[in-house]
Amino acid sequence: MSEIATRIEAGPPTPGGALSRVACLVAQPFLTRIVRRIAQRHPALFARLGAHCRTDYVIDPVELPFALHLRPDPERLILRATPRDRLPPAGASIRGRFLLLLELIDAEQDGDAAFFSRDLEIGGDTEAVVRLRNALDDVDGSIAEEAADMFGPPGRAILAQLRRRYRHVEPQGDGR
Amino acid sequence: MSVAELICPAGTPSALRTAVDAGADAVYCGFQNATNARNFPGLNFTPQELEEAVAYAHGRGAKVLLALNTYPPAGRTALWREAAEIGARVGVDAVIVADMGVADHIARAHPGIRLHLSVQAAASSPEAIRYYCAHFGVKRVVLPRILTIAEIRQIRKEIPCEIETFIFGNHGLMVEGRCSLTSYLTGQSTNMDGVCSPASHVEYVRHEDGAMTSRLAGFAIDRFGPDEKAGYPTICKGRYNAPHRPEGYYAFEEPISLNLAPMLHQLIEAGVHAFKIEGRQRSKSYVRTVVSAFRKAVDEIRAGRRADLDGLVALTEGRKQTQGAFATKKWR
Repeated sequence: MSEIATRIEAGPPTPGGALSRVACLVAQPFLTRIVRRIAQRHPALFARLGAHCRTDYVIDPVELPFALHLRPDPERLILRATPRDRLPPAGASIRGRFLLLLELIDAEQDGDAAFFSRDLEIGGDTEAVVRLRNALDDVDGSIAEEAADMFGPPGRAILAQLRRRYRHVEPQGDGR
Repeated sequence: MSVAELICPAGTPSALRTAVDAGADAVYCGFQNATNARNFPGLNFTPQELEEAVAYAHGRGAKVLLALNTYPPAGRTALWREAAEIGARVGVDAVIVADMGVADHIARAHPGIRLHLSVQAAASSPEAIRYYCAHFGVKRVVLPRILTIAEIRQIRKEIPCEIETFIFGNHGLMVEGRCSLTSYLTGQSTNMDGVCSPASHVEYVRHEDGAMTSRLAGFAIDRFGPDEKAGYPTICKGRYNAPHRPEGYYAFEEPISLNLAPMLHQLIEAGVHAFKIEGRQRSKSYVRTVVSAFRKAVDEIRAGRRADLDGLVALTEGRKQTQGAFATKKWR
């Protein structure tokens, strides 16, 4: 697969609509539990975020029917699945394929390399993005697997399924 | 044959543990302030984290080198003195310095600490290096990335200390420690504040056709076409229009990374004591991949075998790599 063919698409996918709203409703209870647990287990994240704990991040996995609104405020955590036509104004935005974003969260991919290859787009407050990246990068282990473990075997099966489903469209280093 | 120590970057405690586990002989890192040249948001170590990191590294036979490689502004030396004091207290194996005042202070106040001369000192002649050795007891110099291997071999014969060279990462051709390009646009100094192109001043603008413009303090640094690889938003790697080059051109350097994988054996033969991997601002994934690859390569060379090392281009800036001045001074 060529690099160009695997790059994220130029136009915003799935702006909203009924499918998006239903998907948000389904995902939201899980997201709320996940973000609370991760915050509880990794309080050092907030020190690295500094004042950007109160920044509104929009994280946009381009293949999913919704984007995510994250405000990593320890006093009032928000991780909300949101239709793309209802997103709040973003202090900072991060856009890429779902599996890439998942692997960036888990430090399985290098964010700078993904940026160089244009597989990752960032916008808004660059310092906020850099702080979030560095905060997540200091977490030992896999946040995705921690989240999956919260829901037992079904959680782990869903994570494995998501990885399988989206891996086939992930760009690979071309080795040149 | 020299020892060929592998010196690896760490921007966070987790990255340090990753580097040690991947086979680093030593890891270099800095505090969360202007005392080091990677003073980036959310990066670096608190004093307690450094203490824990030293214990982790020492417990596994690795060293920790503390970067205090910026220049204190006049009247603001207390931060650097305090950093040196903490480094000494927690037992770092060496301090990497650039400023003569910082070097002199550590040599007098903490005579037990080994001093390495940072690339930020831009010492590239035997005379300059010998001066630092004679006056401050410097034990190792990190050479600027502007010398050929033949020149390094000659310098080695004329200096009384070890040589460390970069082998991977930022190409870094500006006269390090003297570059003020960032200061002109942002008012913050690479050399005194530790921030080249501070993230707070960087903006990426995406265009409808898929192109992207990177800006620093409102000034366009580059515009990457929809299918073009990108680079860091530093002025030295910007692409500019000029009357004689209306199509836009890289006036200083191009977005490209140094990769000396094919030259490790020659560097060892030239007397290089330690190999440095750049990238404290990079992720654990980068640290794990690059350190593991070079660990294997150095071990192969030590065992008298040829080292095969490729596949790192995906981590390079602009997805391009060069051997730069180490191969020839006509690399462009």
